[in-house]
Amino acid sequence: MITYEWLYMLAGGFFLLWSILSLRDKRIGNAAFWGLLAVSFFAGSHIGNFANGLLVLALVVIAGLGGLKRSEPETTSAEERLAWSNKLGNALFVPALIVPITAVAGTLLYNYVPGFLESQLFEDKRETLILFGFGVVIALIVAVAWLRPPALAPAEEGRRLLDSIGWAAILPQMLAALGAVFALAGVGEIIGGFAGQAIPDGSVFLTVVVFALGMALFTMIMGNAFAAFPVMAAAIGIPLLVEAYGGDPAVIGAVGMLAGFCGTLLTPMAANFNIVPAALLELKDQNGVIRQQVGTAIPLWVCNVVIIYVGAFLLWN
Amino acid sequence: MNEGDVVNYWPLAGIALVVIGFAMRLNPLMVVVGAAAATGLLAGLDVVAVVEALGKAFNDNRYISVTWIILPVIGLLERYGLQQRARGLIESMRGATMSKLLVAYLLFRQVTAAIGMKDIGGHPQAVRPLVAPMAEAAAEMSHGDLPEDEREKVKAMSAATDNVGLFFGEDIFFAIASILLIQSVLKTNGYDLAAIELAVWAIPTAVCAFIIHAWRIRALDRRLAKVRPSNAESAA
Repeated sequence: MITYEWLYMLAGGFFLLWSILSLRDKRIGNAAFWGLLAVSFFAGSHIGNFANGLLVLALVVIAGLGGLKRSEPETTSAEERLAWSNKLGNALFVPALIVPITAVAGTLLYNYVPGFLESQLFEDKRETLILFGFGVVIALIVAVAWLRPPALAPAEEGRRLLDSIGWAAILPQMLAALGAVFALAGVGEIIGGFAGQAIPDGSVFLTVVVFALGMALFTMIMGNAFAAFPVMAAAIGIPLLVEAYGGDPAVIGAVGMLAGFCGTLLTPMAANFNIVPAALLELKDQNGVIRQQVGTAIPLWVCNVVIIYVGAFLLWN
Repeated sequence: MNEGDVVNYWPLAGIALVVIGFAMRLNPLMVVVGAAAATGLLAGLDVVAVVEALGKAFNDNRYISVTWIILPVIGLLERYGLQQRARGLIESMRGATMSKLLVAYLLFRQVTAAIGMKDIGGHPQAVRPLVAPMAEAAAEMSHGDLPEDEREKVKAMSAATDNVGLFFGEDIFFAIASILLIQSVLKTNGYDLAAIELAVWAIPTAVCAFIIHAWRIRALDRRLAKVRPSNAESAA
């Protein structure tokens, strides 16, 4: 059976190569940072929680001291790129499409063609990311066979992009770790308690507003709506909206979650969606993506309040 | 709060640290780990337990960072002109505008996510190499060369469109993680609902999201026209 552990070996190999190339480029901080990440992928399952924790602290110290720098590996000029793009034409899109197609078509085949699921070829519910890994390998082979680049070009071009993302590359993973510590410390229960106290008596509409606001704000703090939902459902959604006021649990659950998603659009804590793309697109303003989302998120949140009020109460009763 | 209060509110200091740290533009990795350490210690865990908790959670979430293995594919294709080709494709289309392109992408992202294909699209795979250069090219075709600030807004709007399309499409698919989470939380509380009963309630919000965000994309296009009102003909 193919598990995540295989993917971690693959990713560890990539990061090890990036570390070696950084060392060759005399960027010691980058070499140490990506090298530690390679260690995490290769050995993380075997070295125990404390050693993994020390590894996290070491990564943070390197990043905090400004040890990660952008890199400028040898590449083609803008004119050369334009010439290549005219020569190669729309076939350039093909290798780029191999990865999503492998992941999506593979997942569908694996789940819906009889026999595949029973074969247990992939770790349960992990097939999409594993297939994504296969897609990357296939796309790399196709692109290299077709374009015949210099031997190190794929790794060096990857390193250029990785170094332009820098520390933001592991921020999403680090935030997931923060969420776990918050959960351990009972932050959710404390916030749920606050939200429960903030309810005005007897007004269904205002209770809906507090519920949706709690979902959005708590999501902004935690960086994703998944952490917020169980807490807000237990504090307000179930006891008040469903049980005391008789609302439809399907609407309150589904649209409550979506009110949380509006919060995801507004917070740097949702680094994967908001901070990483700003780095990838080389924006000067780290919060540039969030700024473009504010004007969508706020009116959409209002819509969600109205949908809950109308759908769960006015239409339901 | 009075002395009889049994709840320990100190773990919330971690949230305050995150807010202050991000506001002061400190390195976010330091902010996050500092907040985690403070939260754990204030909740009564000892130092070793906090380090272990961080290490375990970081290790358990390695799958999130696996996705960077796509970078050599994207980088290699960019070396051979992928972004230029994306621009060229748009420039060859008569009448292509930034708003038509991004609204079409918004709809595409919502619909594919709604039928379970949320892995089509995304920032490293689609937005950086394809959507953002296309949006820039389309904006320059209508409005001429853009000042740096406006160019940044077009790129940021491309990323925002990917996010909005994904978030407010994926919940229509009943087998998505967030729907399963809602289902399990409701079930724990005694409300046993089918995933599909929840997923249909994602549709009204998806429609609102499309209308609002499409309107905002068009508003950005109109604003760009005001920035450079007379340059439409000078674009190559």
